Amino acid sequence: MSVNLFDSSGCPLDRQRFTWKELVQNPLSKLDDDAFTRVRAILMNGVELDAVRTKQAMLRMNGELRVPVAQLMRVEQEQASLVNWLLSADHSPLETTIAHEQTAVEVTASVAQLEPDPYLAQAYRYALLEHFDHLYRFSALLDRLEGKDANNITQGYTDIAPARPTTEQHRSPENDLIEPYGMDAALSTKLHALTLTGGEYQTHDYYMTIGPMFADPLARQLYAEVASIQSQYITHYSSMIDPHENPMEKMLLAEAAEVWNYQACAEQESNPRIRAIWERLLDYEMGHMQVVLHLFKDLERRDPAQLLGDGSLPPRIRFASQRDFVRRVIAAESSLRKDGTEFVSEEAEAPASIGWREHLNAEGSPSMAVSGGWHWTPGTELNDASDGDRSTPA
Amino acid sequence: MVTGMNRTGLDTATASSKASMIAYAQAQAAARAPESDGSFEAVHMAYIEEAECVGTVPVPATVKAIVASRRTGRRRDVLIDKLGERLAFERAGTRLYEAMLLKCGAPAEVNHPIDVAALAHIRDDEEMHFRLLHRCMEKLGADPTAMTPCADVVGVQGLGLMQVISDPRTTVGQALNALLSAELSDNAGWALLIELAEHTGHEDMATDFNAALQAKQQHLGMVGEWLRQAVLQEAT
Repeated sequence: MSVNLFDSSGCPLDRQRFTWKELVQNPLSKLDDDAFTRVRAILMNGVELDAVRTKQAMLRMNGELRVPVAQLMRVEQEQASLVNWLLSADHSPLETTIAHEQTAVEVTASVAQLEPDPYLAQAYRYALLEHFDHLYRFSALLDRLEGKDANNITQGYTDIAPARPTTEQHRSPENDLIEPYGMDAALSTKLHALTLTGGEYQTHDYYMTIGPMFADPLARQLYAEVASIQSQYITHYSSMIDPHENPMEKMLLAEAAEVWNYQACAEQESNPRIRAIWERLLDYEMGHMQVVLHLFKDLERRDPAQLLGDGSLPPRIRFASQRDFVRRVIAAESSLRKDGTEFVSEEAEAPASIGWREHLNAEGSPSMAVSGGWHWTPGTELNDASDGDRSTPA
Repeated sequence: MVTGMNRTGLDTATASSKASMIAYAQAQAAARAPESDGSFEAVHMAYIEEAECVGTVPVPATVKAIVASRRTGRRRDVLIDKLGERLAFERAGTRLYEAMLLKCGAPAEVNHPIDVAALAHIRDDEEMHFRLLHRCMEKLGADPTAMTPCADVVGVQGLGLMQVISDPRTTVGQALNALLSAELSDNAGWALLIELAEHTGHEDMATDFNAALQAKQQHLGMVGEWLRQAVLQEAT
C-alpha cells in the first residue's frame, strides 16, 4: 500500500474506537514470532507514547488546540495500549530489557544508514554502539541472574559483545547535547530524530519502572546505571530537534512520523494477525494526519507542504539484522568521545565528563561487575566447554 | 504441544550467522570484556552486609497478648510469622485453584484428566485451612490481617505460580506443574508448622494441623497423578 501524507484520508477521527477486548488481544509468541515482530511492537509503543507526550505538553500551552489535542491524545493512548499489550507475560522484565536493547541496536543502525545529514548520522552511530554494549551487559545479567541465554530473545539477528564500555558512557550533561537540525532539513531527518527520541524516552521510563522491582542488588545498580544513560539519550536525541519549531509544526511532524513508522511495520510484518493491527493503526494515523493538516492550514495559515514536501514518505526503517554495519561501526568508532556537541577522539574528551563518571564509578561500576569474565556462549556461560568445571570449590 | 516455528535456539539462525556470532562474541570479549575481579561477589556481599530485614512481626493489639508475648518472646514471634506465612499461602492457594478451575472449565480444555469436582474440593480445603490459621492467629492475640515477613516472602515466591496458571496460553498440564510446586512446598510447610506448634507448646494446634497435612498429602497425590496422566496422554 502506497501512502501519501496528503492523499490518503484514513479512518476519520470520530470513527476511531476500540473495545477493551480489541485493546488487549492475544499477545505475540516469545518463542515462535520473529524477533522483529517484537522489535516493531516496542518501537511503536515508544512512538505512540511520544506522540501522547508531545500533545500533553501542547495541551498545557495552547488554548485553541485543547479539543482536537484531547481527542487525538485519547486515541493515541489506546493505540499505545494495543501495541504494548502485544508483549506476552512470559517475558521476564529482564528479557523485555534484552528486546529493548535489540530494538535500539537494530533500529538505530537502520536509521544511521538512512540519515542524509552526516553529522546526525554520526550521532546515531555514536548511540548505537553504546546500546550494543548495554545489550552485552544485560545479557550477562540475564545469564547470571536468571540462567537464560539472551539469544533466545535476539534470535541470532544481533551480536552480543562489548563495544564502548557502559562505564565510560557517563557524560556531564552539557556534553550530551547535539546540534539541532535546521528548519530546512530533509523530512527524513526530522522523522528519524522524532522516532529515536520516542524510543529513548520509552526505554528510560521502562528501566526506571522495573529497576526497583529487582531484588538482586547488582541488578538494581545496573538498571540505575543504564537508566541514567537512557536519560542522556533523551537529551542527545531531543536536542537534535529544531528548538524553533512551533507547536503546530511539531504536531504535524509527529503525525508524519507515526504514519511513516506504521507504514514500515505494515510493509515488513511477517505475522498476518499483527500485520492487520499495523494496517488498522496506519489507517487511524492517516485520519490523525488529516485532522492536523486542517489545523495547520486553519491556524498557521501555511501550506503543510513547507514541512512535508510532496507528501511522499521517505525510505522506511529496515527491520532486519544490521550485523555487518554494526560491526564496522564498533571497529571504527568505539573510541570516539564527546566534547560539547562534537565527536572527538578519546584523548580530546571533555574533562568534565571524565570527572563526572570518575565520581559515579568511585565505589565500583555495576556494568563492569556484572560482566567480569563474561562472554556470550550459546546456551549460557555454563555451556562453555572451554571454560572448565565451574563447580563450587569444596 | 506441537512442533512449530520456535525461533529461540541458535540452530534456527542462519548457518553463517551462527558460527560468526560465536567467533565475534569471543573475539570482542577477549579484546574488550572486563576481567573477572571478584566485584560481582563483592557488590552482593556489601549489600547483604548492610541489608535491613524485609519487616517485622506486628506487636499484638491486646494487653493480654502483649503480656503473653513478653513471656514467650522470640518463640511466639517465630510461630506468628510462620502461621502468617501458611495463612498467606492458603489464601493465595485458594486463588490458584480458582484460576485452575477456570482453565479446566474452558470449552477448549475438555480433554484433560482432572476430576473437576475433586479440584473444586481442594479449592475449598485451601479456604478452610486459611480460616483455620486465621482462628489460630486470633487465639494467640495476633492480627491475621497483617502481612508477616514470611507471609511477604512466600507471596514473592508464589508470583510465578499464578503467572503460569492464569495465562490463557498455558495448557492444563503446564498449570498442573505449577500446582505441583505449590503442593510440594505446602506439604513441607505444614509439616514444619506442626513441629513448630509442638515445639512452642501448642499441641492443640498441632493436632488440627496434622489433619490439614493429611488433606495436603491427598492434594499432592491427586495433582501429581493428574499431571502424570496429562503428560502421558499428550505423549500418546
